[in-house]
Amino acid sequence: MSRNPRFRMRTLVSVAAVLAFAGSAWAKPVPQQKPGDPPVVTNNVDRPETDSDAVLALKSMTMPITATPPDKLPLDKLHLPDGFKLEVYASGLANGRSMQLGDKGTLFVGSRIAGRVYAVTERDGKREVKIVAKGLHRPNGVAFHDGTLYIAEVSKISKMPEIEANLDHPPAPVTVYEDLPKDEAHGWKFIKVGPDGKLYVPVGAPGNSLIPPDTHAQIRRMDLDGKNVEVIARGVRNTVGFDWNPKTRQLWFTDNGRDWISEDLPNDELNVLAEPGKQHFGFPYCHQGNFTDPEYGWGHSCEEFTAPVTLLGAHTASLGMRFSTGAQFPEAYRNGIFIAQHGSWNRTKKSGAQVVFAKLDDSGKVVSVEPFLTGFLENNELIGRPVDVQVAGDGTLLVSDDLNGAIYRVSYDAHAKHASK
Amino acid sequence: MRLFLVAAFAVTLAAGATAAPSIEACTGCHGAGTSQSEGVPSLGGMPAVYVTNQLFMFREGQRKAEPMNALAEPMSDEDLQAYAAAIVALPPPAYEGEPGEPARMARAEAAIGKHRCASCHGRDLGGDKGIPRIAGQREEYLGRTLSAYKTSERAGFDPQMNEVAGELSAAEIADLAYALARRAPGPAKP
Repeated sequence: MSRNPRFRMRTLVSVAAVLAFAGSAWAKPVPQQKPGDPPVVTNNVDRPETDSDAVLALKSMTMPITATPPDKLPLDKLHLPDGFKLEVYASGLANGRSMQLGDKGTLFVGSRIAGRVYAVTERDGKREVKIVAKGLHRPNGVAFHDGTLYIAEVSKISKMPEIEANLDHPPAPVTVYEDLPKDEAHGWKFIKVGPDGKLYVPVGAPGNSLIPPDTHAQIRRMDLDGKNVEVIARGVRNTVGFDWNPKTRQLWFTDNGRDWISEDLPNDELNVLAEPGKQHFGFPYCHQGNFTDPEYGWGHSCEEFTAPVTLLGAHTASLGMRFSTGAQFPEAYRNGIFIAQHGSWNRTKKSGAQVVFAKLDDSGKVVSVEPFLTGFLENNELIGRPVDVQVAGDGTLLVSDDLNGAIYRVSYDAHAKHASK
Repeated sequence: MRLFLVAAFAVTLAAGATAAPSIEACTGCHGAGTSQSEGVPSLGGMPAVYVTNQLFMFREGQRKAEPMNALAEPMSDEDLQAYAAAIVALPPPAYEGEPGEPARMARAEAAIGKHRCASCHGRDLGGDKGIPRIAGQREEYLGRTLSAYKTSERAGFDPQMNEVAGELSAAEIADLAYALARRAPGPAKP
C-alpha cells in the first residue's frame, strides 16, 4: 500500500465504487445468449436507454477536423502548476495526434481522419509545418530510428528513409509490414522503436467488448524490416501510448477501459510489461485488475491476469505517455510519467481531457497521479483534447491537441511564479 | 456533368467568394435542401461541422464519392467551411410521398431504440455538430450508407458507425432506411 494518502484515498474510492456497482448489477437480469447464437461482436446495445436528457448528452465526440486558427486557440483557459508556462509551439496541424522527434529536431506528427503526417521544423527561431505524407489510412502512429520515419496506418507499417534530408520532397512510404487486421474499431495505432531497436506495434480489440480473435488485443514487436514478429502482451484492449522506463528498460503502457458498463467503471489502466510474451492484462475478462466483466468475466478471477500498476480514471481516454526526462523541469518532476488524457465521450459528466503526472518513488512504484495541464473541459464541453506528450530536445514538454490541431509547449521558469493562469 | 461542376467551382473559388459562396453547383445535385437526385443526400438543415468534415474527407481522399473528391480538391479549409455554412442554411428536407406502412415503421422504430441511434443523432435524429441529420434523408442513400459502414467501405470520423452497422442485418438496414426517410426532420441545428 502506498504511503501517499492521496493515492490511498483514490484506491479506496475505486474499491468502494466496484462494490457499489456489484450490488446494483445483481439486481438486473443478465442478458442470455442462446446456444448456437453467433458471438456478440459489438456491444452497442449495451448503451443506456436514450429516454433521459442525461443519456442524450452522451453525444459522440465527433469534432471539426479542421484546425483552429492560432488566435482562437484556448490558451488562456488552460492551467499549469505555478512556475510553468504554456505557449503554442505549432498550429494548423488538422487532427494532429501522436508525436515523435527526429534526430535533427524535426517533430513528426501523425493524424487519424486527416490521413496526413506532418513535420514541424524550426530554423532561425521560425517554425514551419509541412505535410510529408497524405491520403493515408488513419496514420496515427509515427516512430523514428536511424534517420528513418516509420508510419503506422490501420493495417500497414511503412517507412520513409532519410526523411529529415527530404522534408520538401518526401519519398513515397515503403511498406515494411502488413500482416495486420483491417478493423476500423481501435484500428489506428501508436508505434515506437524500443531500446532494443525493435518496432513495437499494438493491435487493438476490434470493438468495445468481445472475445477477441488471437490476432487482436495484443502488443507485437518485430525487427525494423517487419520480420521476427512476437506477441509480447495479450489482453490489451487498446493502447495508444507507451514508453520505456529509463531505469528498468521495461515497457509501460496505457490501456483504455471498455465502455457502457457504468459512469464510473472501469478505469483506464497504466501497465508494466515485466515478462514479454508471458503476461495477459485481463481484457475482456477482467478490468482494472479487480473487476470481472459482467458478461465475459464469469468463470474467471482477476488473479489470473496482470493487474495495472495504477488506475487512470473511468472513460478518461488515457493515450500518449512519456517518462519525464526533461532536464528543463524541476527535480520533483524527474521521476515520473506524463500521460495525455483525450477526455471521455461516454460519461454524462465528462472526465479526463488533461495531462496528468504519475509520480514514481525510488523503487519505481506509482505514488500519485496528479493533474498537470488542465482546463480543456468547459461547461462539460471539450475545448481541446490532449492526445500525446513528447519531451523536446530542450527539455520542455510538447502536448498535441487533435481537436484544435495544435501543439503546445510547456516550459518551467522558477522566477515566473504565476506565469500561467 | 462532372467537368462542368469542377469548372463551376473553380470559377467560384477564383472569385475568392469564401464569405458567401455561390452554391448553385451544389444545389444542382443536392437540391435546395431536399435532394431530388437518386443516391445524392439532402443537406438542408444538416449540422455545418458534419458537412465541413465530409468536405475535408473528400478533399483528402478519406471518403470516396466522385464528383465530390474532385470538387473539394482545390478548396482551402475556409472554403470548406463557407460552402458548408451556405448549404446547411437551406431548409431541412421534406418527405413528399405516401406515409410509411405502420407495421414497418413500428419495426424500424424498435430498431432505432435498440441500436440507440438517438444517443448520438439526438432525440429527433436531427444530428448535432459532427453528427449528421438522418431523419428525412433519402431512403436509398441511407440504405447504401449503412451497408457501407457495415463492410467498413465507409469510415466515419471515428468507428462507432462501423460498430453499430456491424450488428445490423440487411432487413434491418432496409427497414431503418425506409422509416428514417419518412420521419419528420425536426428543426435545423447550428
